[in-house]
Amino acid sequence: MPTFFEKKQIVTPGELLAEGDYIAGENTYEENKKIYAARIGLANCENKKVNVVALRAFYYPKVGDIVIGTVLEVGFNGWTVDVKAPYTALLRASDVLSRPFKPQNDDLSHFLNTGDLIVAKIASFDRAHDPQLTVSEPGLGKITRGQIMKVTPTKIPRVIGRKGSMISLIKQETGCQIILGINGVILVTGKKPEDEELAMMAIQKIEEESHTSGLTDRITQFLKEEKAKREENKNE
Amino acid sequence: MSEKPEKLIDKKGLRLDGRKPDELRPIKIEVGVLSNADGSAYIEHGKNKILAAAFGPREMHPKHLTLPDRMVLRCRYHMAPFSVQERKSPAPSRREIELSKVIREALEPAVFVEYYPRTGVDIFIEVLQADGGTRCASITAAALALADAGIPMRDLVAACAAGKVGDTVVLDLMDTEDKVGSADVPVAIMPNLNAVTLLQMDGILTFEEFERAVDLAIEGCKKIYAVQKEALKARYMAVKQEEEVEE
Repeated sequence: MPTFFEKKQIVTPGELLAEGDYIAGENTYEENKKIYAARIGLANCENKKVNVVALRAFYYPKVGDIVIGTVLEVGFNGWTVDVKAPYTALLRASDVLSRPFKPQNDDLSHFLNTGDLIVAKIASFDRAHDPQLTVSEPGLGKITRGQIMKVTPTKIPRVIGRKGSMISLIKQETGCQIILGINGVILVTGKKPEDEELAMMAIQKIEEESHTSGLTDRITQFLKEEKAKREENKNE
Repeated sequence: MSEKPEKLIDKKGLRLDGRKPDELRPIKIEVGVLSNADGSAYIEHGKNKILAAAFGPREMHPKHLTLPDRMVLRCRYHMAPFSVQERKSPAPSRREIELSKVIREALEPAVFVEYYPRTGVDIFIEVLQADGGTRCASITAAALALADAGIPMRDLVAACAAGKVGDTVVLDLMDTEDKVGSADVPVAIMPNLNAVTLLQMDGILTFEEFERAVDLAIEGCKKIYAVQKEALKARYMAVKQEEEVEE
């Protein structure tokens, strides 16, 4: 019962990965006891489970994910929100108001209007229904300040780093608050626009060099250099 | 070019462009050429030049076309007005509408359409220069555009035609051979799963000739599949090398 790949080998859809006593993991599928890749990515095997880390993918909603979305439309009893997924998400009015919603008293566009950005959690989602959002938790709701940037959803784990090492490094060095939407949208809020810009530059760098080694060290170096440059400019 | 050549195959058994009967035209593929599309591919198959772009999965418009249990694949095959010698009207012709359907049906078995109900994927194929066998080259490119868009697939789809020119069964017909020759058999396969997704025939062949043509086309598809895989991997080769350093 062999596997047919080396660790972290690039595989293309349809490539035979393993035969026999293996479990088909992420981005793979099983047919006649054979496991094939379903996406382009890097093959990996752990405890008899064959995975492919996708190099190209889109965001697919999962209950419990924190996402950042744009309000598309104000409806009768809620909002439709674009979360960069194959489906548009719904946010119900009663969820935002945290009290029963009366259409005759409440003007929904007063709370959230088209184009507003929100941090929300996926409350429910399945094959038959569009994802439903909730903002009734601390840290969720309308975004009032900060800057938004977008990265490929598959790169989000890289921005987080091992046990959050990368993200805490950027937070610490720039003094910014960073909220990562699993859907690939990132919110950066800092005291000064320059701080935000620095954090965004660092994240951009991570996205561009996401699969290279020693990335954390290089980001540390990058942030230090950038800061030094800025100090110089100020003194001049 | 509009003149009918006297002999399609010379005394040595070579074709108009000097190929052997079982030889493919040179193929060059590049993946990820368009930044505004979710996935894209460009193929040069002999003199054919074709661009393919994929969008989605995304919400379908108009909404009533969505299916409750699976994703809808939509495909537009289009030839640019400058793709052939006489100007071609840019409006979709009968042939283009048919090819759109044929290409869609050749790709559909490869995509996990049941994973994403109520969504749609759009594929746009633009033929910039045509020289026979565009439907096959389009399928090859479109399959790569889908994979590049990150859409889960059972396998890539590779396509190639075979046909009869004079008295010989040959692989990968070009425009003149297609028009003057007596039969054309386009085939698309999913090579790893050993499944045929497209099989057409126009012209007349005996049963033996047909079998020979299909065998030849499948061999051609397998060669194209190797090029296809290389092209898809090439886009991420830099990634892999850096990954190895880390180990």
